Amino acid sequence: MARALTINGKTQTVNSPDNVPLLWVLRDELNMTGTKFGCGVASCGACTVHIDGEAVRSCQIAVADVWGDITTIEGVGTPDNLAHIQAAWIDHQVAQCGYCQSGQIMQAASLLAQIPTPTDQDIDDAMLGNLCRCGTYPRIRAAIKDAAARIQEA
Amino acid sequence: MASIGKIARRTFLFGAVAVAGGAAFGFYKLTQTPPNPLNPDDGALNPFVVINADGITLIAPRAEMGQGVHTTLPALVAEELDVALADIKVIHGPAAKAYFNQALLGAAFPVTDYKRKPWHDDTAHFLGNAAKFLDLQVTGGSTSTRDGFVKMREAGAAAREMLKDAAAEQLGVKSAELATENGAVIAPDGTRLPYADLAPAATKLKPRNVTLRDPSEWKTLGKSQPRTDMVGKSTGTATFGIDFRAPGMKFATVKMSPKRSSMRSFDPSDAILMDGVEKIIDLGDGFAVVATNTWLAFQAADAVRVEWDDAPYPADTDAQMAKIAEAFDTSPNSTGRNDGDVETASGDTISAEYSVPFLAHATMEPMTTAAKFTGDALEVWSPNQGPMLIRNWCADAVGLDPEQVTVHTMLMGGAFGRRGEVDFAVLAARVAREMPDTPVLVTWSREEDMRHDFYRPAAIARMSGKVQDGQITALDAQVAAPSPSHQAMARWLGREMGGPDAELTAGVADQPYGIPNYRTRGYLADLDVPVGFWRSVGASYGGFFFDGFIDELAHAAGRDPLEVRLELARREHAPSASVIEKVRDMSGWTGQTPAGIGRGIGFTYSFGTPVAQVIEVRDTDAGIKIDKAWIACDPGTALDPSIIHAQMMGGCIFGLSAATNGQITFTDGEVDQWNFPDYDGLRMHNAPEIEVAILENADGISGVGEPGTPPAAPALANALFDLTGQRARRLPLGLDYSLLI
Repeated sequence: MARALTINGKTQTVNSPDNVPLLWVLRDELNMTGTKFGCGVASCGACTVHIDGEAVRSCQIAVADVWGDITTIEGVGTPDNLAHIQAAWIDHQVAQCGYCQSGQIMQAASLLAQIPTPTDQDIDDAMLGNLCRCGTYPRIRAAIKDAAARIQEA
Repeated sequence: MASIGKIARRTFLFGAVAVAGGAAFGFYKLTQTPPNPLNPDDGALNPFVVINADGITLIAPRAEMGQGVHTTLPALVAEELDVALADIKVIHGPAAKAYFNQALLGAAFPVTDYKRKPWHDDTAHFLGNAAKFLDLQVTGGSTSTRDGFVKMREAGAAAREMLKDAAAEQLGVKSAELATENGAVIAPDGTRLPYADLAPAATKLKPRNVTLRDPSEWKTLGKSQPRTDMVGKSTGTATFGIDFRAPGMKFATVKMSPKRSSMRSFDPSDAILMDGVEKIIDLGDGFAVVATNTWLAFQAADAVRVEWDDAPYPADTDAQMAKIAEAFDTSPNSTGRNDGDVETASGDTISAEYSVPFLAHATMEPMTTAAKFTGDALEVWSPNQGPMLIRNWCADAVGLDPEQVTVHTMLMGGAFGRRGEVDFAVLAARVAREMPDTPVLVTWSREEDMRHDFYRPAAIARMSGKVQDGQITALDAQVAAPSPSHQAMARWLGREMGGPDAELTAGVADQPYGIPNYRTRGYLADLDVPVGFWRSVGASYGGFFFDGFIDELAHAAGRDPLEVRLELARREHAPSASVIEKVRDMSGWTGQTPAGIGRGIGFTYSFGTPVAQVIEVRDTDAGIKIDKAWIACDPGTALDPSIIHAQMMGGCIFGLSAATNGQITFTDGEVDQWNFPDYDGLRMHNAPEIEVAILENADGISGVGEPGTPPAAPALANALFDLTGQRARRLPLGLDYSLLI
């Protein structure tokens, strides 16, 4: 059935069956491919989006159960209008294959919204659900700290 | 003239080209330059440089799978072409012989890298020409910069001179009077002639011989560059294989036999009625579900009732390991090294058996490929490491000629060797054939990906050595494993391969250590478990066997393990000694650690690059934590320090992930692991802090994608020994140590 979702501030009508996870509505119905499929069981974090500002695994949320406004990586910033966190990611040259980075950025953005100056322990606790097979963790950590500083200054 | 098939039967391919001395192909053909697959009318000055109204496009002939070739290879061109990396576009380019990897076969020239003389390199380069006949447009073996180092700069210089010649003709001056700068030819009076304006005339000119600039003149190379793919990958706008979309496209998945067998029975009657399902295709050894979205295809695939035939290999891990051990009773497949005489060497004998499990690649992006079949043509959008092989095998699968198949290489969400296979693309082509004129994106579930890999082989080593008066006097290594090279070559070239496989003892036979009596033997296990190339291949286990045992011998000799390695390397290869000295200094190595802290050194020379790592572990209430890693490497020439740093860091974490948690086991012919919860990698909280030093003492240039991986496992194992006094001889270490997970 048709339903309305608010995604990145825009209302979109979607028609996928009720039980289809939000991830696949974004990717296969709306062609919003920035949010990635990694495991389908909430163990890698590649599909992380925000619902009402909270980082969630979109592979686990049936489209019928979406309870608020959705933000995806496309809504964080664009190549021409980067968010602070994306600029930090670029300055630290974080990405290798880059596949997990949408999810990493969404998870980190939610951390910074809750804890503006996170400690290493805060970063560990917030980010351990996001897997990166290329091993970019040290640069992610540095980029999160840098993004925190940028947001404070802004 | 012998055919490749005949040579391949006589001896293994990599060696085969050297053994035959290129005679199979003919000297003339070997040195012939393949044609430019790009159209000069579109602005192609050569296969690597296209300049037209859309701007400057550089073709990076290797797959971007995270290792940065879409930055470093264009940087080589840009250095000579005088363009800024920020002003150019980088693409993968088509499947074409012009993009063959000369270094891939050349790197397998049977003289250990660090012992090569210039004439060895020349010969290897010549023999590497054979790759173009074997359609080896392959990304692998840490060869991209080695292959592109001269070739890509020459392409840039040749294009620059053609543009200057065109400008000279237009201005009526001599080419030598012109300069180039930032995408334009500069006339003697200072007028700027943009390359785009000159390109139409330049493409009609003949390229001249060029002289490459001296490294002292480099402006781009040698300095860290912003990666060309970084903005896209930080904004969700980079298009990976799984992100391909086309009008009318369908989403599909496959479920293939987890026992690599045929279907005994197959009943899709419930599944076909499910939401969004459009078609279920019997593929013989599995089936495909075509649907309106990928998740609905996954659900339907799980609802198909299917029974599989038995596996063609021993059904469980114990039986498989027994089969590998049986190989020790056969004649050696290769004797990689035999210095001195290990039998008569004097000293106290120490012996140990080591083993490692099968490993999955587990790329973050599961296997995926899109395809469209139109009866007389097939178009494939595939994240892959070997486009010509993909083209050939997809053509074969749908009954077309290779020329009727177009391959678009997409960005890869990790590869690690997995995407050097062709199975994922061939399956997509087979699905597309049943859906004529409809683009279909076939995506594997994580479970399908984990359970249908070509695994890093399990392997067993029987190590023996002798120590006397504080010296290692002998080392005798025997390694048994199935051969990924033999299997992969059969899958690539369609012919069974035989002969010695140096990969069996990689990381063991080729180490730059002056051990006076040093013998290695590789034994080929007759085991059909699917195995393939996995980041650093044989060195990934050989490094653990060799370096772990060196640590044992050092302790038996009553010596500091780092000092022993340094002493052995100094006798044989100064750049290797230097990386060991470097990590000693970086880590402040004293050979002493306080209670609760353990340190280990690991060293492996692989793919021409020596890498030393010191790893520090700490006992915590939650388990043993890997706190720090210090890494020193020497690729000879450091083209982009930031990318090399990233590869060393990533290679180490990849190795540590496998060493701590990684194992693929079998029960009843099926893989036991399904998804990340039972095949996990290190994560933010248990990955170490890492410091990297890049040295440039070695000659020439070597790769960095793989060499960071092999020393990680032994460095960690040696650190755990230092912490606990318990020697690690099998992986994963999580089986025997209480690690922080």
